[in-house]
Amino acid sequence: MLARILTSALFAGAAAGLIVALLQLFFVQPVLLHAELYETGALVHFGGDPVSAHPELPGLFDEPMRNLLSVLFTMLTYTGYALVLVALMSQAERQGHVVTARHGIIWGIAGFVAFHFAPGFTLAPEVPGVAAADVGARQIWWVATVATAGVAMWLIAFGGKLVSYVVAALLLIAPHVIGAPEPDTFTGPVPTEIGALFAARAFGIGMAAWVLLGAFAAYFWQTESARDAAAA
Amino acid sequence: MTTKTLTSTTSVSSIIPALFAVVLGLGIITVTGHVQASTLHDAAHDVRHATGFPCH
Repeated sequence: MLARILTSALFAGAAAGLIVALLQLFFVQPVLLHAELYETGALVHFGGDPVSAHPELPGLFDEPMRNLLSVLFTMLTYTGYALVLVALMSQAERQGHVVTARHGIIWGIAGFVAFHFAPGFTLAPEVPGVAAADVGARQIWWVATVATAGVAMWLIAFGGKLVSYVVAALLLIAPHVIGAPEPDTFTGPVPTEIGALFAARAFGIGMAAWVLLGAFAAYFWQTESARDAAAA
Repeated sequence: MTTKTLTSTTSVSSIIPALFAVVLGLGIITVTGHVQASTLHDAAHDVRHATGFPCH
């Protein structure tokens, strides 16, 4: 059982993580590098002269170690997500629910809502240089929001009673009514255009990532289970 | 009787591996996404921003 969970999570997390890392390097990293030019003060907007929106940015192979580490950490992060996802799939299956790769897509969307969209709805994906409250406080809010949203998604999927949906809605809304830790003043030097594009790209890649992860996790979970059944 | 015993053993033995996997997974996410040690932070910097973790 444990071997099945670990093996399928490792395959799913590594495969989804690798694809996501490449998508991020292509779509998110240039926006991040652009923002860093403002974060470091190399570029200043509203300072006087208009600034070109298309500065020279480092290419994919200009900082190989930095980008390799990003690939590695993305694969690790998604393996972590996959471990949680496959463990939950095993429990759903134990309760009599079927989990195929197609179901996995819905699992992935639920995971995206819980781990990415719910916290990001109030604590938007941060472009470098953005003003923010204390990181510790934000992390506590992030963890609490992911936990409540995760429970909410499970209740929506498997609760089956009216009260489950009501509780799920309350759990989804509560962290945003309470509010996330916010900075006292705005000091971000990065143009809003870059910040908005960054958040949109982070959410877009995040959704693609989770759909892939869900489908892969369910697929490998089924394959490993079938192999076990054949061996037994 | 035998069936009952078997079922309960199976259900206990299948929730513990799942719990272990969840703890391991959350541990990995904590290390890659949240621990503020500067080496880890620098290595994971771009990923943390792109994945929507609180970074600095």
